[in-house]
Amino acid sequence: MKLTLHVWRQKSPGDRGRMARYEVQANPHMSFLEMLDVLNEELLAKGEDPIAFDHDCREGICGSCGFMINGVAHGPNKATTVCQLHMRHYRDGDVLYLEPWRARAFPVIKDLVVDRCAFDRIIAAGGYISAATGSAPDGNAVPVPKDTADASMDAAACIGCGACVAACPNASASLFTGAKITHLGVLPQGQPERYDRALRMVAQAQQELFGSCTNIGECEAVCPKEIKLEVIARMNRDFIKASWLRRK
Amino acid sequence: MSESLRNDGRIWVPKTPGDKRPPSQIPEAERDYYLERRYPSFGNLVPRDVASRNAKAVCDEQRGVGETGLGVYLDFAGAIQRLGVEAIRERYGNLFDMYERITGEDPYRVPMRIYPAIHYTMGGLWVDYPLMSTIPGLFVIGEANFSDHGANRLGASALMQGLADGYFILPYTMGNYLAGARLDKVDAAHPACREAETGVAERTRKLLSINGKRSVDSLHRELGKVVWDHCGMGRNAQGLEYALTKIPELREEFWRNVNVRGGNEELNQSLEKAGRVADYFELAELLCMDALARQESCGGHFREEYQTPDGEALRDDENFCYVSAWQYQGEEQKPRMHKEPLRFDYVKPAQRSYK
Ligand code: FES
Repeated sequence: MKLTLHVWRQKSPGDRGRMARYEVQANPHMSFLEMLDVLNEELLAKGEDPIAFDHDCREGICGSCGFMINGVAHGPNKATTVCQLHMRHYRDGDVLYLEPWRARAFPVIKDLVVDRCAFDRIIAAGGYISAATGSAPDGNAVPVPKDTADASMDAAACIGCGACVAACPNASASLFTGAKITHLGVLPQGQPERYDRALRMVAQAQQELFGSCTNIGECEAVCPKEIKLEVIARMNRDFIKASWLRRK
Repeated sequence: MSESLRNDGRIWVPKTPGDKRPPSQIPEAERDYYLERRYPSFGNLVPRDVASRNAKAVCDEQRGVGETGLGVYLDFAGAIQRLGVEAIRERYGNLFDMYERITGEDPYRVPMRIYPAIHYTMGGLWVDYPLMSTIPGLFVIGEANFSDHGANRLGASALMQGLADGYFILPYTMGNYLAGARLDKVDAAHPACREAETGVAERTRKLLSINGKRSVDSLHRELGKVVWDHCGMGRNAQGLEYALTKIPELREEFWRNVNVRGGNEELNQSLEKAGRVADYFELAELLCMDALARQESCGGHFREEYQTPDGEALRDDENFCYVSAWQYQGEEQKPRMHKEPLRFDYVKPAQRSYK
């Protein structure tokens, strides 16, 4: 199948950048990134610079990959990272526009690669627990009900790819931050820092110039791990309670 | 796909070579559940080296399935009938979804097609008991060190080793080291730092200046194919010796004919990849050297010359009950082997049997 790609090319953070047009021959069994590998090999053979894009596991579990395909973060498939998107979902002759995540807090490094260190700093602000983990705990010392464990696990499925920010008109990191706060905050081991965590992580997200949440829900729609808006509600609740506790 | 799927899935291929019918049209009597047939007591739960070798063997007999013939069926029809679709979804839902995304086939209805792939090198940097390498103060944890895996990689063990090393060992051994060590202040003017910096700059300059005809990827693929063919699920002296002549040739070609574009002042993924592939030549060579020196079979290391009459790995604990630790002797120098004996006080290694 033959595809026409319009790809954002930007040499360095300081470069203005522009869209460039390419044609590529793809096989329907390829993943989207494999299709770009093929294109890059062709560019190299022609003496042009390959397109930079982030990737690592290509299994949908690490959160490295991600860009916009025709304006949608990670492309058209529900609950699918771009590395897991396969070319059989496209038709011969399709025209695709590839762009990096666009957000003030995610500056472009090169082509489709953006700097997501802001997420790391949000995690560093509160994404930890202080409970001792030096040796294996007694099997039933801290019972955790199944639905609590499941809720934590569902939130922990967040791979930090940044699609939520890219999809949000406010470039808000609320789904990401909410997922981290929920992941630790529902478990007994996460209680000691629970409220401090909410205050610190939310403050950090603001400092990074992510926007606020206005309940639009684009983030949930594109999230490859199907993180639910509930995590934002939980974040807000913990944040409000924490602010109130602090004032007392 | 994850190993855990074999808990409920049954593995089979058609009995007749070249049978291209879709799986639903191959009647029960014409299917070969080869793991259950060969290993009646362990069946589909044999360790991964045995499962992998057998998958390769049936594909080599032209009984592999799918477009490429490199695949065997992993069938959940029986398990779904027995436990219901919900139970299976609860256990493996995420893996099934992942499979569906990759192949476009629904594993709840059509058997999965699987084939072994390289995953791990069954070794790593040598460390002592407190997980310190031969460089004082340099600790190596998780699967970057050699300590946990022997002849077979344990399933799901990236997590296991990361947790065990990180939670249970390092917090004590590193603190202990720091408490007893004198750590002088060093700065960027230190001769060792200078030397490292010049070395990296020189290597980078070299990679960018070759301007040859071949991409990093094409050389990487060729190297991978040599290792896959000759130091893979089955290996023998002849193949390993061939690989040991081929790899230096490829390395020589890499340093003469690779094409790395761009500069070293901005993000350059080609340069990054080139640096890694340059290192892979060394690793690939070491793998082959090590496999050639170990004249026995054990687990994932299956030397075709050393097998039991029914085709299983034949150990030689008399002569090879040691860890081979290879000491770096400088670029393109043959590394030196140190034998670190393995001692078993209570449980003695023995011939495995899954019959
Ligand atoms: S490359 Fe890891 S999630 Fe896509």
